[in-house]
Amino acid sequence: MGRFVARRLLQMIPVFFGTTALIFYMVHALPGDPVAAMWGDKAPDPVQLAALRHQLGFDKPLVQQYLDYMGKLLTGDFGTGLDGRPVIDKITEALPVTIRLALFAFAIEIVLGVGIGLFAGLRRGKLFDKGALVFTLLLISIPVPVLGFIFQTVFGNNLKWVTPTVQDSNDITQLVLPAVVLGSLSLAYVARLTRTSIAENIKADYVRTAVAKGLPRRKVIGTHLLRNSMIPVVTFLGTDLGALMGGAIVTEGIFNVKGVGNALFHAINLKEGATVSGFVAFLVLVYLAAGLIVDLLYAVLDPRIRYA
Amino acid sequence: MRGGSQAKWVVAAVAVALAATACSSSSDSSSGGSSDGAVNAQGIYSYQSAEPQNPLQPANAMENQGGRIVKQLFTGLVDYDPATGALRNQVADKIETTDSKTFTVTLKSGWTFHDGTPVTSSSFVKSWNWSANPANNQINSDWFSDIVGYDAVHPDKGDPTAKEMSGLKVIDDTHFTIELTSPVSYFTYKLGYSAFFPLPEGFFADPKGYGEKPVGNGPYKFESWEHNKAITLKAYDKYSGTNKAKNGGIVFRNYTSPEAAYKDLMSDTLDVLDQVDSTDLPKYKDDLGKRAVDQPQGAIQNISFALYNADWSGQDKAKVRQGLSMAIDRDTITKTVLNGTRQPADSFVAPGVMGYKAGTCGDACKYNPEKAKQLITEGGGVPGGKITILYNSDGGHKEWVDAVCNSIRQATGVECLGDPKPDFKTSRDIIRKKTVSSMMRTGWVQDYPLNANFLRDVYGTGASANDAGYSSKEFDDLSHQADAATSLEKTADLYQQSEAVLAKDMPAIPLWYYKTSSGYSNKVQNVKFNSFGDPVFTDVEVKK
Repeated sequence: MGRFVARRLLQMIPVFFGTTALIFYMVHALPGDPVAAMWGDKAPDPVQLAALRHQLGFDKPLVQQYLDYMGKLLTGDFGTGLDGRPVIDKITEALPVTIRLALFAFAIEIVLGVGIGLFAGLRRGKLFDKGALVFTLLLISIPVPVLGFIFQTVFGNNLKWVTPTVQDSNDITQLVLPAVVLGSLSLAYVARLTRTSIAENIKADYVRTAVAKGLPRRKVIGTHLLRNSMIPVVTFLGTDLGALMGGAIVTEGIFNVKGVGNALFHAINLKEGATVSGFVAFLVLVYLAAGLIVDLLYAVLDPRIRYA
Repeated sequence: MRGGSQAKWVVAAVAVALAATACSSSSDSSSGGSSDGAVNAQGIYSYQSAEPQNPLQPANAMENQGGRIVKQLFTGLVDYDPATGALRNQVADKIETTDSKTFTVTLKSGWTFHDGTPVTSSSFVKSWNWSANPANNQINSDWFSDIVGYDAVHPDKGDPTAKEMSGLKVIDDTHFTIELTSPVSYFTYKLGYSAFFPLPEGFFADPKGYGEKPVGNGPYKFESWEHNKAITLKAYDKYSGTNKAKNGGIVFRNYTSPEAAYKDLMSDTLDVLDQVDSTDLPKYKDDLGKRAVDQPQGAIQNISFALYNADWSGQDKAKVRQGLSMAIDRDTITKTVLNGTRQPADSFVAPGVMGYKAGTCGDACKYNPEKAKQLITEGGGVPGGKITILYNSDGGHKEWVDAVCNSIRQATGVECLGDPKPDFKTSRDIIRKKTVSSMMRTGWVQDYPLNANFLRDVYGTGASANDAGYSSKEFDDLSHQADAATSLEKTADLYQQSEAVLAKDMPAIPLWYYKTSSGYSNKVQNVKFNSFGDPVFTDVEVKK
């Protein structure tokens, strides 16, 4: 187990360097000169343009720029954006917001998704199961922007329970609406995965054995059935956490949440290499960590899986 | 029975879906609340904004977001009357000149910066010298190029040989002189631009810190900047200018999408909108009633020709260019495709700008398919048999570019295609490198409301925004004469003559003028917009 974790952690190092180098190159390969774009429709003053490019280090070859960036990164300096603000400030602003939003949405999809899936699976073919199928189908088929727009109009503009957009991204109570919207799609997938898995395993021999030896129903379902049925769900949840962290651009845009997705989108638009690389480097770490946790959870859930 | 229960659920699902769509289509019914209510002079209101791209320094405020905030924090020697665009003195008591080359500035006394220090001649001179120095990385550092000694501070090559422009001389605390390299009759107009704002003494010790927490002399003082969230300004009670704030302050609230801001406006969570998003444009006047704003802006949309291509230059091609202009049905396109948010252009200068003369473009800007076809044939046809219009697809231009092309195709049979580039930067790169094949989208937003700004800076030989590569001796000569005129009126008149040259040569086709389509909440009143597209922030009244 320890060796497995150590090996996985070591693997993260080349992945980390590889992705940041790739991202750094990709941002650079985007068309358009970000410094000249500061002048808008006007032709930049060549003297000032050269001075700014020099100050930002854009006059050096790309490899040199990357090495400079990496050198600074290893000392904890994430560089600065085109607006002169340290990238680390931008990350520490956006990150707590996104973590809150993602965990909120994550909690909703686990509690509701697994709950609905469990009951639907146990009552396969019954009314609740059918209802759950229709409900999840509805969630899967409504695009996130539409759902966000409906929620905004109904709860914000018509009922006036909340403001249509988030006024303070750091206030978790205001994140309820975006979190529900963000979690809804995954909620449907989690519910369906759980349902299928439960419905399949409920016929398994070990469940029959557990019932036959007189275990209380709560224990049969909790310890045996649910635990064994969670493997596909955990796999999905692991990748989904990463997606929630970085891919909430649409939801963040609708509700004006100042999170990672938003900051990243803005930085790509401005072609701020250092900012994009900083955020992506961090997201890569989140993905890798989530992947590792999922793999370790397999062993916890199913004792037959062992890591040497 | 099984089939029956499934059908029941399908019906239920459809019912839920229908209910959901019904909810979304019901819109807020709000009465036009611009009637006079009791006003709270200390009231603070919010405005839709976005994160400024540069520190809040006067000569660094090129883009809108930072620019409009800097304009509230600072007041220059002069500014423009929001209603008429006319020049009015603020910190300046008078600006005198006899030859349009040497200007003597007299300041009013009693003006103070928000830190309490007085605004003196050297507040201006030091600010301009600092901003002109390329080492200080100010985007607008070339705005001082008219002044004698600029070459030494901001040389084309090598390091600066001086830190101060020799053309700026402080006489005493309230007097200084500006000497220009050649006469510019409308230099006073330029002085209203944000690059010419004064800076307090403390700034020069810590420009970066002052860029984060600016100290100005304007109607509002800086309160806080929460990055990516909001910038808050408070009214400055010791303000000496004519435009003292009638409210307690402004919160420039950061929005990532204009749709989100519109939603907030509808629920009175946001007070003043920057611009209505394109989805809500067709219905915003119904939604907002009297609170909808629809005002002209000092900005024009053109499509320019790549005159640097040999097959587009030449005198007979001017006929083709005029013909193409006549083939565009501006009235219909602005009404339908653009939802009435633009006004068809009849000249190269936007209305509301000093020196604007209606109809300078003449027949060339009037829709006339017959004449269009005839002129294009006379001019030997379109080079290569087809035209493409280069534009950036991230700015909502696709719809009208396609409409313009349709109009040209239907009127003249000339093949016309849009040539979208993924974003603004990419299209600007191609335009700047002068590798456009036939036509490109160009536009101009006024720096100051005078026709010279729409003409000389866009069509003068080698001018910074001359994307067409247009060069006409006749136009340049007339512009030089205009610059050397002794009064502003004469300048504006002479520039109208150079504008007539443009109508003849047609280096660009004027399409339409921009308008401000905006709105405000039930909580505020007296919201008017100036020709820069900004609200007159100081006049907004917050209701009790």
